[in-house]
Amino acid sequence: MFDKTKLEELEGREQKWKDQVKSKIERYPERREEFETDSKITIERLYTPVSLKDFDYGEDLGFPGEYPFTRGVQPTMYRGRLWTMRQYAGFGTAEETNQRFKYLLEQGQTGLSVAFDLPTQIGYDSDHMLARGEVGKVGVAIDSLQDMETLFDGIPLDQVSTSMTINAPAAIILAMYIAVAEKQGVPPHKLKGTIQNDILKEYVARGTYIFPPGPSMRLITDIFAYCAKNVPNWNTISISGYHIREAGSTAVQEIAFTLANGIAYVQAAIDAGLDVDQFAPRLSFFFNAHLNFFEEIAKFRAARRIWAKIMKERFGAKNPRSMMLRFHTQTAGCTLTAQQPSVNIIRVAFQALSAVLGGTQSLHTNSYDEALALPSEESVLIALRTQQVIAHEIGVTDTVDPLGGSYFIESLTNQIEENVWKYIEEIDKMGGAPKAIEKGYMQKEIQDSAYRYQQAVESGEKVVIGVNKFKMKEEPPKGLLKVDPAVVERQIEKLKKLKEERDPRQVAEALKHLRSAACSDENLMPAILEAVKAYATLGEICNVLREVFGEYQQQIVV
Amino acid sequence: MSEKPIRVLIAKAGLDGHDRGAKVIARALRDAGMEVIYTGLRQTPEQIVETAIQEDVQVIGISSLSGAHMHLFPPVVELLREKGIHDVLVIGGGIIPEEDIPYLKEAGIAEVFTPGTPTSAIIKYIREHVGSTSEE
Repeated sequence: MFDKTKLEELEGREQKWKDQVKSKIERYPERREEFETDSKITIERLYTPVSLKDFDYGEDLGFPGEYPFTRGVQPTMYRGRLWTMRQYAGFGTAEETNQRFKYLLEQGQTGLSVAFDLPTQIGYDSDHMLARGEVGKVGVAIDSLQDMETLFDGIPLDQVSTSMTINAPAAIILAMYIAVAEKQGVPPHKLKGTIQNDILKEYVARGTYIFPPGPSMRLITDIFAYCAKNVPNWNTISISGYHIREAGSTAVQEIAFTLANGIAYVQAAIDAGLDVDQFAPRLSFFFNAHLNFFEEIAKFRAARRIWAKIMKERFGAKNPRSMMLRFHTQTAGCTLTAQQPSVNIIRVAFQALSAVLGGTQSLHTNSYDEALALPSEESVLIALRTQQVIAHEIGVTDTVDPLGGSYFIESLTNQIEENVWKYIEEIDKMGGAPKAIEKGYMQKEIQDSAYRYQQAVESGEKVVIGVNKFKMKEEPPKGLLKVDPAVVERQIEKLKKLKEERDPRQVAEALKHLRSAACSDENLMPAILEAVKAYATLGEICNVLREVFGEYQQQIVV
Repeated sequence: MSEKPIRVLIAKAGLDGHDRGAKVIARALRDAGMEVIYTGLRQTPEQIVETAIQEDVQVIGISSLSGAHMHLFPPVVELLREKGIHDVLVIGGGIIPEEDIPYLKEAGIAEVFTPGTPTSAIIKYIREHVGSTSEE
């Protein structure tokens, strides 16, 4: 990119400058001997064109909306349309969550994002023994189509896009969404949204798995195939680095393990007989925006470039849309502190800014009280307003990829890419992501990083305001959200009533179909859809699948 | 040191899968010379107590981040008492609102550690309180 003779001259001048600085540093030492990012990438004192000697604009950056998409997946990015503002929300019953959704839409949120409670995520109805204490706690309780109808009551599904954080029972929840839309008169091809549907990261980092890897992967590829035909605008998976990062990985590990999981899904779909360009345009990703500002921006840009190369070179995709890495971002929950919670507003704002400078398609900003409880209406409003300030007030949305070409950002993007490839090669050598997970490799790498991070915080090497520096005596915070303990009884009562009112023969028939579909290799979606429409419960449907597929036993790695 | 190392069970109670904290603490305790057993995810209070007895631990550390602590922590102490065990120190951690802590302590959870607690504080607490319970 730079003229060779000029570069040589510059190199000479840079060396001279370095020598001068050296003598200065002897008298006035820098704050630290070594500066590095959270992924242990060394940060130089200064970046110049010399740092980007072999840089090729066309190959490494290109133009926004063009391969390798380093500068963004849309040609005009936020000049054309802002990212989708999508706050993850859900608690208590469907009624309460429906109210929160309407509140957020009234406040200018542009997409919905559903948090389900743990029993729903693990395929248990609210009256299951293992659901005790968990109903409606970290998300909304959904037992049947009836709850989904309530959840989206008064929300026209042809006008919003909905993201649903659901993995093991993703096919069932998607079927419920399709059925609710049908009742509203909205045909499946008009539905827009995302199901997370990423089971590999559940085994690695999040823990809400049900079935063993084999049948889990089948459910996923069945969804790919069904949606390619019937729900063409639906993002069939959100391959998630978010939870890998929350579990303690570095930025490099987050991208490496997520893309390695992505490779496994693409390979599984191809092995199931699908054409890559048929399903790949509907793959989406989900990343974490952490604290190390520039590393995070570089991370998003590197991820796009690596994925484009993987799809083109490894899988031979022809459609440019198959090579585009589109992603949702959430700010890092694990960086929020219970101490001086209002400081979290500032952390979230910087993290959100890094996601925007990194070119995200959709964004969730965490609420400041999340280290203490689920967000209150007040705290979620500030979180949403943070996005709106970035979008409308500070001018960072007026040009595409504003940091592109920064010597520092481009160097960092290159280094992240290089380190990510090393991990991907390592995982390839093990036989791919599922094998690496089975061996506990990803889990171990993540735990080592988590432990190092904790030690760095405890030694004070890593500063956390309010925790190990600038501490203050505080009053306990007020106004935290408390989920009504009566939720369980209400939910169980509703479930009982539903079971009395529905047609038991229709339910039994549908579950029988589902069982035979599960035992064969036919696509499971139609049978699930039939069961859902008969008001079979999520637990009942999962139980049929549990009986056929078995349950996953965790590999414990400490 | 000839003294026998302290045996600790780190348990994830309920359906919550966020085990970063539990695993970091398990490692920190191990580095501090304790013997640590980690249960893995999705343990019921019954399972936790059973493992604690089988493994003959002196300390149980229970973790939950999903808000189910009021339903999951006290039964661990109750089940221990039912079996006549009074010398196992039960501590808890996770996202636990300040206002829930008095109830948990009354139920026999000796101490509750919330986000931001350094592992060194937990190590110190265990060393000072092992073999005692809140009843004493």
